[in-house]
Amino acid sequence: MSNLPIPGLNVVNLAVARGDRTIFEGLGFAVAPGEILHIRGRNGAGKTSLLEVLCDLRAPAAGTVSGRPEPHQQHWIGHKNALNPALSPRENLAFWCALNGCQQPGLDAALQRVGVRALRHRPCGSLSTGQRRRAALARLCVAPRPWWYLDEPLAGLDSSGVELLAGLLAAHAAGGGAAVLTSHQALPDTLSGVRILELVP
Amino acid sequence: MWTWFHQLASPPTFYRFAESLAPWLFAAGVLLVGAGVYGGLFVAPPDYQQGDAFRIIYVHVPAAALSMSIYVAMALAAAVALIWRMKLAEVALVAAAPVGASFTALALVTGMLWGKPMWGAYWVWDVRLTLELLLLFQYLGVLGLNRAYADPRAGARASAWLALIGVVFVYINKKSVEWWNSLHQGSTLLSFEGMRNPKISGDMLWPLLVSLAGFYLFFGAVWLRRMQNEVLWRERNTRWAQERVAA
Amino acid sequence: MIGPALAVFRRELLLAARRPAEWAQPLVFYGIVALLFPLGIEALNPALKVFAPAIVWVGALLAALLAVERMFRGDLEDGTLEQLLLADAPAPLLVAAKFAAHWLLTALPLVVAAPLLGAALGLEGLPLQVLTLSLLLGTPTLMFTGGFAAALIVGTQRAGILLPILVLPLMTPAVIFGGGAVRAAAAGLPYAAPLYFLGALLVLTVTVLPFAAAGALRNAVE
Repeated sequence: MSNLPIPGLNVVNLAVARGDRTIFEGLGFAVAPGEILHIRGRNGAGKTSLLEVLCDLRAPAAGTVSGRPEPHQQHWIGHKNALNPALSPRENLAFWCALNGCQQPGLDAALQRVGVRALRHRPCGSLSTGQRRRAALARLCVAPRPWWYLDEPLAGLDSSGVELLAGLLAAHAAGGGAAVLTSHQALPDTLSGVRILELVP
Repeated sequence: MWTWFHQLASPPTFYRFAESLAPWLFAAGVLLVGAGVYGGLFVAPPDYQQGDAFRIIYVHVPAAALSMSIYVAMALAAAVALIWRMKLAEVALVAAAPVGASFTALALVTGMLWGKPMWGAYWVWDVRLTLELLLLFQYLGVLGLNRAYADPRAGARASAWLALIGVVFVYINKKSVEWWNSLHQGSTLLSFEGMRNPKISGDMLWPLLVSLAGFYLFFGAVWLRRMQNEVLWRERNTRWAQERVAA
Repeated sequence: MIGPALAVFRRELLLAARRPAEWAQPLVFYGIVALLFPLGIEALNPALKVFAPAIVWVGALLAALLAVERMFRGDLEDGTLEQLLLADAPAPLLVAAKFAAHWLLTALPLVVAAPLLGAALGLEGLPLQVLTLSLLLGTPTLMFTGGFAAALIVGTQRAGILLPILVLPLMTPAVIFGGGAVRAAAAGLPYAAPLYFLGALLVLTVTVLPFAAAGALRNAVE
């Protein structure tokens, strides 16, 4: 994993609003390197909005988030995969690499790691939900970055896909990386040391 | 000064502030518009060229002036809303747009009514009329954009970007239309500018100035009232707003 | 810095190659609009020549608007927009690259078609050249204002008619100076000044609007 020194993320008295409705307020927590934080909560509790605030896609209504990583230190995988349906997994991944100015060392190796290497030249629009999710996760493998924000990463993955993600997360945390993720489902038991943050309205 | 400004930005404080100010503005505005229109219709002498037709300026000129001023005010509110993410500025922007569109429409209609006796046609591609028409489209764009968003904050912020770019184009459009119009030498003699400027007498001038001041004050009152409504709607889930509505 | 912008640019070209029909539509539309016009007037009417600059300009404007509405829609739907905003590159630069690619794909063919349509409407010689030059200078302005408007409406559900209302008041100066240059050339007057105005508009819109569009896109994602 990356050997960049990363500070911890510190959230103080955070309030998040969607439109003119405040979803939650007074939230505080910290995430340190090497930690995996699992945000749970009911539908509409603001899990995705919180994640968007953390990675600076959404402005908070009140409160502060300090210790945010630089753009090139964080991975954001939203509930949308950021895969153009007309392009293949490999083309999408190559675009992402070029967009972020990273060298393109093993595109195929990364796709191999997430198990979509055989599909790499087919348009993403013809892939299944789980296959597209895997293709999106390939970004985690192609560029090592210390901070991961994953919104419902398990959605659409089959059991081997869930195991695959658990393996990626374990290796990431072991290497000193941090991850914040939302998920309805419980994370697999094989993944140890996961902290849970319950969002209650 | 700065803390006062900051406090005013809080919705309940603004609401009380507007509640106390708006009636005064409204009363003063109505009084001045009344005096100006009375002066314009009964005191001012008829124009030696235009007869009584010129008297429409006591409505037309204030409406046209306001239509421009309100767009500039919207752009200023937009800048504040985007730079400091200030909610009250978003409210000010959204509340001003329909009023600005109304005054623009009023300026267009009165301009056309004036045009009929002057030019023999309701519509002439005069600089000012053309600009008012373009301005009306710009207002409609802001209004439509704001309406198109389900989330009022997102709508207001999108409108803010449009108003900010739009105000630059109000100026560019003015210069362009003037250049375009200057190609036809004939019509410049008949432009509003040419009719308005030559030696307007004192009896004609003071009602115009009074009416102008009255229109601005009236707009101020309407603006504050619309902002109050918008604030109440946005804050409808808070206790102070619910108490205010219940009271 | 230039790498990420180039990546966006190349992706647009790649996508266009995958869906050629989408990019051919505006050109076909342009031809139809410009060539239906004479049918509305009597045949061989010399007035057509007078109206030719306006027809060619307004036709190009409408044709370009046809393609511009979808500019960010797909990126918002599939999540690419979030990646653009979070990328390790300034968002206005990426937005500008996207606008530039769209200009190359939709507007440049319109510029190339303009002399043909102008000639069909009876223009020839210097006025025809000035018309083409005015479109070459004016279409980037058109694409950037159109792209800005597309960024404004991408967060809304349905905004079909809204786009022209947003764009047209901002395009008035370009139409005025574009048409004015051709008329000046036809009358044997100096035509450089309106072309300079078009150039100034181009510089203004190309430098300012990517920032505004990036801000609007952020707002749409929120």
